[in-house]
Amino acid sequence: MAIVQAPIPIYEDERNTVTAQDAQLDITFDQLKKLVSPRALTGETMLLNMGPQHPSTHGVLRLLLELDGETVINCVPDIGYLHTGIEKTAEGKPYMKSIPLTDRTDYLAPMSNNLAYCGAVEKLVGVDVPIRAQYLRVILAELTRMNSHLVWLGTHALDIGAMSVFLYCMREREMILDVYENVSGARMMSSYFRIGGLWRDVPSSFEPQVRKILEVFPKRVLEYEKLLKENPIWRERTVGIGKIDAVRALEFGMTGPSLRGSGVNYDVRKAAPYSSYDHFNFEVPLGTNGDVYDRYRCRLDEFPQSLKIIEQALNKLPAGPVITDDRKIAPPPKHEIATSMESLIHHFKLWTEGFRTPEGEVYFAVESGKGEYGVFLSSNGTPTPRRVHFRTPSFSNLQALAYMSKGCMLADLVAIIGSIDIVLGDVDR
Amino acid sequence: MSLLLDVVLKVVVVLFAVLTGFAYLTLLERKFISRLQARIGPNRAGPAGLLQPLAEALKLILKESFVPSRADKFMFFLAPILSVIPALMLFAVIPFGNNDVLQLASHVPVGVLLVASIIGTAVYGIAIAGWSSNNKYASLGGLRAAAQVISYELAFGLAMIAVVLMSSSASLADIVTAQFGGGILGWFIFRQPLAASIFAITAMAELARAPFDLVEAEQELTAGYMTEYGGMKFALFYMSEYIKMIALSGLFVTFFLGGWNGPFAQEFWPLSLLYFFIKVLACLLVMVWVRATLPRLRYDKLMAFGWKGLLPLALANVVVTAALIVSGLPGYK
Repeated sequence: MAIVQAPIPIYEDERNTVTAQDAQLDITFDQLKKLVSPRALTGETMLLNMGPQHPSTHGVLRLLLELDGETVINCVPDIGYLHTGIEKTAEGKPYMKSIPLTDRTDYLAPMSNNLAYCGAVEKLVGVDVPIRAQYLRVILAELTRMNSHLVWLGTHALDIGAMSVFLYCMREREMILDVYENVSGARMMSSYFRIGGLWRDVPSSFEPQVRKILEVFPKRVLEYEKLLKENPIWRERTVGIGKIDAVRALEFGMTGPSLRGSGVNYDVRKAAPYSSYDHFNFEVPLGTNGDVYDRYRCRLDEFPQSLKIIEQALNKLPAGPVITDDRKIAPPPKHEIATSMESLIHHFKLWTEGFRTPEGEVYFAVESGKGEYGVFLSSNGTPTPRRVHFRTPSFSNLQALAYMSKGCMLADLVAIIGSIDIVLGDVDR
Repeated sequence: MSLLLDVVLKVVVVLFAVLTGFAYLTLLERKFISRLQARIGPNRAGPAGLLQPLAEALKLILKESFVPSRADKFMFFLAPILSVIPALMLFAVIPFGNNDVLQLASHVPVGVLLVASIIGTAVYGIAIAGWSSNNKYASLGGLRAAAQVISYELAFGLAMIAVVLMSSSASLADIVTAQFGGGILGWFIFRQPLAASIFAITAMAELARAPFDLVEAEQELTAGYMTEYGGMKFALFYMSEYIKMIALSGLFVTFFLGGWNGPFAQEFWPLSLLYFFIKVLACLLVMVWVRATLPRLRYDKLMAFGWKGLLPLALANVVVTAALIVSGLPGYK
């Protein structure tokens, strides 16, 4: 990917005499020629630098736009401004110490990321997760999906100009963050999942708290429906904008609601059920047109489905342990360490060396709020992985942006960026 | 000498009232919109946040005056001035109440024309700001402003023509008197509902308020034409927007809501000022409410709406109104 540091004036006039230093060119003229149309080089169309500091690029996405009036002719996404080297960092750490890193990829859906990573390691070492932990993971993952969708809905509506919806969404999100805080002590970077289960059992206040969400949310979702769904301006801004057909969407590797908006019935929860998702009844909302509005509908229709899953899981929640009793993988409880020599050794080994894994490669994916969040692990038998790769939905969904935004208006581009629901931490890793 | 004193007095009183009104309108908007959005709003500066406008004014005055490199310096400084002066001038012809001083210059026989021409010049400030900043976002904002104002000016003028036909006078003072008979039903909003709604919509577009705030659409153009402005130069743009809000609310009240008139307002002038104030406040709150609710229109859709929707409607309304007046229907004599 070419790095372009500033908008590049190619032509000169009396007012604008730009030197190469002023323009801070990091790419050559020949490189630029490949990215934009010849008209931009004569000054007939305008090159506009959007981001990385821009209110609606959802973080630090940078777009090099070629505009004819307000029509977007070319859109070249430039990523890497939030690169934190998470994959590389994870290679130097024992498996269980990378869990907090995963929180920071898609920082709006920490529990889904935890689930994907823990699931991958569990698959690699072949450990069974207690059923109570699986159910709790499902509840928390679905809450996380709603959390992720609430932030998406708020920012998406804000991008199109409906500012109140943003604040209503933040109000609802607060309830979910309170649940995070209750179970893990942290509101955003929760790191609550452990390899083989959960850090600890949920407190007794957890169930009433979640039930309260189940009771309040359906009413609130209806409120958003009224504000946006029947609003003619909203429909005008979203219907038929940023269209992508099913074949093209699959080619770009889109997943999640962004793909389902085009009518492709692919949901990892159904296609390859994990963490007991096959125990629950739910539907996968699908769109038909693949435009901004259908992607919006798909996400909004997922709220009631998530609530349905949470309710079932909460009703069927069994008692029992929340982490595996395999002492090679999970640390023993505190009271055992004080009384049992063997436990003390396990504890010491776990926190100094970690655990060894069989050689091999695994891929484990979950359906996060944004799409298929997969973790690829390659192990050479040592306590640290040889390679960790996160297949993040934001990265793949972003690939389609240039295609979808060709020929749209500048205002539509903002709506399209909102509709693919990207988080830059998730794109850059 | 006494005429000069009279004029100076009026100017000072109006400017003082309008500038205070502007400062507290910003606070009112923020408080009201906060309530609509389930939050509290500014409450730190002074009791209930009442000193917030002062704190902000002080902050903006103390900021560095910044001019971007290769900007057209003269035009860059001129733009905010060009933007705020028409906004203030509008108040000259609005009758605030039933009192010689409060009537200001509303007796001029070309009041409506004056309003139309002053509003027409207000866009120059924005367009020049967009052009002179040497910033692509700003120039897009300036272009949008020019296109938007042209699309809405005509419908705006035609809505006022319907009012002029109804009152057979272009003086704003006479327009208020023309709405005297028939109590609340004498107001032109009931006799000219279409003109009233067209006026309200186009006024919102003239102001570049949500849902027509494309000119400064934060999510698309960062801050549009005022991207490069800071400190007092920014404050002047801000001021012109809010002063125009008050002025256009005042015009709406004068044209369609019976002006300063109300029970006993004709006998006792302080009441007329109170009625005018309440009516303007109601209009302002509606504008804030609309901003909190509606998404933003797209640039080309907005133009289409102006040219293909509002303009023919306004034109038809003028023709129908004229026909009704000729036919001598009660209420349209």
